[in-house]
Parts: sequence; C-alpha cells; structure tokens
Amino acid sequence: MMKRAFACAAALVFAPALAQQSPYADYQRMARESAPVELFELGGEELWKKPQGPKNMSLEKCDLGQGPGVLKGAYASLPRYFADVDRVMDLETRLLHCMMTLQGRSREEATKRVFGNADRPSEMEYLSAYIAGYSHGMPLRPGMSHAKEIAAFELGQKMYFHRAGAWDFSCASCHGEQDKRIRMSELPVLYKPAVARPLIATWPAYRVSNSQFKTIQWRMNDCYRQMRMPEPVFGSEAMVALVQFLTVTAQGEPYRGPSIKR
Amino acid sequence: MKKTVLLLPAAAALVACATPVSVGERPRLSAGDLDQVHAVLKRDFHANGQATMDRIQLDELQRACNLHADNPPPEVAKRIEEAQLKAVKFPSDGFMGDWKRGERIAQSGRGAMWSDKPGVQEGGSCYNCHQISPREEAFGTIGPSLAGFGKVRGNRPEIQRYVYGKIYNAKAYNACSQMPRFGHSGSLNEQQIKDLVGLLLDPASPVNQ
Amino acid sequence: MAGPMKMRATLAGGYTDVRVLMTHPMATEQQTKGQPHFIQNLTVKLNGKTVIEGEISQAVSRNPVFSFRLKGGAKGDKIEVSWLDNKGDTNKTESAVA
Repeated sequence: MMKRAFACAAALVFAPALAQQSPYADYQRMARESAPVELFELGGEELWKKPQGPKNMSLEKCDLGQGPGVLKGAYASLPRYFADVDRVMDLETRLLHCMMTLQGRSREEATKRVFGNADRPSEMEYLSAYIAGYSHGMPLRPGMSHAKEIAAFELGQKMYFHRAGAWDFSCASCHGEQDKRIRMSELPVLYKPAVARPLIATWPAYRVSNSQFKTIQWRMNDCYRQMRMPEPVFGSEAMVALVQFLTVTAQGEPYRGPSIKR
Repeated sequence: MKKTVLLLPAAAALVACATPVSVGERPRLSAGDLDQVHAVLKRDFHANGQATMDRIQLDELQRACNLHADNPPPEVAKRIEEAQLKAVKFPSDGFMGDWKRGERIAQSGRGAMWSDKPGVQEGGSCYNCHQISPREEAFGTIGPSLAGFGKVRGNRPEIQRYVYGKIYNAKAYNACSQMPRFGHSGSLNEQQIKDLVGLLLDPASPVNQ
Repeated sequence: MAGPMKMRATLAGGYTDVRVLMTHPMATEQQTKGQPHFIQNLTVKLNGKTVIEGEISQAVSRNPVFSFRLKGGAKGDKIEVSWLDNKGDTNKTESAVA
C-alpha cells in the first residue's frame, strides 16, 4: 500500500502544473488589489505574536508543517499528516492544536467563537488571512503520500456524494452537475479539478455579501446548515476530510488568496 | 518507438494510482462506505437547534440512491416510488389553495435549518431551483422551469393531485430526484402545499399568465 | 475604538498611486434603526498641505477602500490620510511615497 502510494505521489508530481485559464482571473486580481483583506492579515499578525492562554505564549513556535514558526508555503502544503498527533490536519485544525498545546488553552475556550461576524472577526479568521498570505503564488500541494492523507481524501470524496438529512442532500445535489445555479449563484462542480482549481485557490476570502473574512471550514459549516443537516464539529476528521478532498482536487493550482468573493 | 518506451512507466504508475486516488471521478459507494460515513457523521457532527442527529440516519430511499449513485435500475426505482407514494398524505378536501400565499412560500428560503428559530414561518425555497412566476428573474436552474405549468397541463383534479403529491414527496414520482420531500419531512404543512398547488395551477396565478 | 488603517503610496510614471484601507462599520440609518455610524470626512495631505477634502456618506459600505491618484509626487514625500466620522471619532495614517 505504501509503495503504491509513493508511486502515485511521483506520478502526480510529474503531471504538469498548468495554471488554469480561469474566467474569474482578472476579476480576482482587481478585487484582491482593493480588498480589505490586508486589514485581516494585519490583525492576524498581531494575534500570531500575542502571548495568550494559561501558558502565556504566542503562536510563533507553531509548526504548520514546514517547521516551528515557518509560515512561507505552509498554507499551500495543507492539509497534511502530522506525526505528533498521528492525524491529518488542515490550517484551522492545526491552529486549534497550537492554541491548545503551545498556549495551554482548552478546546472549549479556543472554539467558543470560531466563526466571527462583521463587527468582530474571530481569531481563526484573522490568523487564516495572515498565514494564507505567505503562500500567495505557490502551487497547492496538500499531502497525498501518507496512508492517512489518502484515507482523508477518500473519506471526503465519499461524504461529497453521500445523501442524507431532512432534504436528502449531498454536496453533489448542488455541486454535482455543470451549468446549474441556485437563484443567481453559479454552482461549481467542485469534484472536477478544472472547476475546483480556480475556486479552492481563493479561500480563505473576504466575502462582500457578509462584509466578513471567511475560512473554508466556515464554508463547509454553512453548507451543512443549508443542507438541513446537523452541525459538523470544528476541526473534526470529517471536516478535514472534506477540505482535503477539495484541496487535492484543486492541487497544482497557484494559490491566489487570501482573496475576495461575492 | 522511443516515445512509447518513455510513456509506459508513467502510464503504469498512473494505472497503479487509478484505484486509490480517483480525482475527478464519482465513486461507486458500497454498503461498507455508507456505514463508514454514517459512523463518521455520528462521531463528528452534533445536534444544533432543530437539526437533530436523527437526520444522519439513512432511510431506505437515501440508502438505495446512495448505493446506485442516483441512477437505480428500473425495478429498484419502481419499488422506491411505490413505497414513497404509499406514505403520501393526500388531503380529503381539495388540493388548491391561495396562489398569493404560495408565491410567498416559494420565495422563502427559511425552514428546517439549525438557524431557524421555532415559530418562524418556513418556506419551500422553490425559487432556489426553479423558475416559477415569469415576473421573478432571480431563479435557479437546478430544477426545470415551471413557468406556464398550469397553462400547459390544465388543472383538472388528477393534475392537482399529482402536483400536491409531487411537492409532498417528489421521490414518489422520480425515485432519486434531488427535490426534497417537503411534506414527508414535515417542512411544509398541508395548507402550504395547497397554496403552492394554487401557485402552479390557478389560472389567475402569474405562473399561468 | 478605531480599527487598523493601512496605506500604500507608489510612484507610477508622473503620478503617485495611493490606496488606503480603513476599518469602519459604515452603518446606515436603516441598518442601525436610527443610530448611523459612518465616516463623513476624508482628508489627504501631501507634505503637510491639504490636497483632497472628501465627503462621503452612509452609502459607502463597511471597511472602505479609498484609491486615488496624485499628480506628481516624489520618492519620500509624506502622505497623510485622515478621517472623521459622524460620532466625532477619527483615525489617520501616514506613509512615504515609495
């Protein structure tokens, strides 16, 4: 299994990383140049350096996969397997881990307000903006060589097509067929690489409709709310599996975030 | 000749990848896969408001549609549709309600979510997926256009009954439809469905102008 | 109090491109049910001299971005952008032309 996994990883690496011709590219570039995103990056930098929790420590020694405190390229190589916890984590899940271990904060306290609002963004939102900025321009390369990384992809893939809930919805109910829209919003077929690439490469993002900076775990959470399902737990294996599935589907795309969306 | 030799090892590696890493493909879910996902949902999701954990329990229909990737063989589809139709509660005092109320229900996207407080009037989210009244430009295209629905089909009792049944439980007529089972799930009550029938079939409704 | 404000001023062939990000709720009368809170005045100074006096209204949405072009400008020139809102709150930021 492991040998096959390495052969797979090698084959995937040899696939040329073509930047997809996105119909949104110009709009995204212009929007990004005048987005309030920078204000969130500034807020994130403050929080990254701020001593907090019972241990009164900052997050500056947090290992996001490239080594303690290394920010460059960290976001673009997530989700990935972390040996110290023997599981796959995405950015938000890993930040929660660092808040708990480095800063000594409880899970309850650190996740009390994991999604913010326009008046008061959450720590996760500020920190995600800051860290994602350090991967701008780099190709998305989530981990896909470790058995658990592959398992996370496969679980996310199964969840994507698994119909359940009061309205019998799966992700594919809306995001499964080309050229469909909900009201006036185009519905991207996110399990197709050509479609996923320009879109996954723009999370986290400032959402103009909310005047809020939102993360991908927020987006997953809000989907399940509208799917009439119960609520996914922040940083859970299910959440990470979905993020892994989408990021692997979009892999190779140069990261264009943190960005701005409708 | 040289080209073929170079391609083969790469092709072999890709073939080895095809099974575990099927990026871009729709997987065929097995019974084991459904059990696995169910266990994950049970562990990693929690109840919030009216969105309780019983919602992750698959019923026979959801199970069958998942196992057949929404494309069940004809005999399976027929069985599902018959079972669903049996459970439809048809009203005994007529099917048509008030189209004006129906339009408001169709426009509303509220209902059945954990963010919906009890007592708030729920809707059918109909415009999310369908064009209905031609006056409304902001409509979705997940489902077919319903503009002119009554004009084309007329509104004799059989049609009224069909429309009522379809809104109550779309799967009674199309086993793995993406349309929610509004009556079956308790998301819309009898009067609301009647009002929607009115919206679609009443000759005075903007749908049929 | 006032949230972060950030400015970037760069020379671009005979002009100076300036972009200012401001944190402000820009809440309308309708949104707040009669207690609007929005920036009313924007002032831009180049080397201490006022070059722009702007008035904006509650029609501008939260966290405004103000982007403009100054004729001329040289590297090292000091640009100061300040705002005053309808509640008397102010904030300002200063940047050297790069």
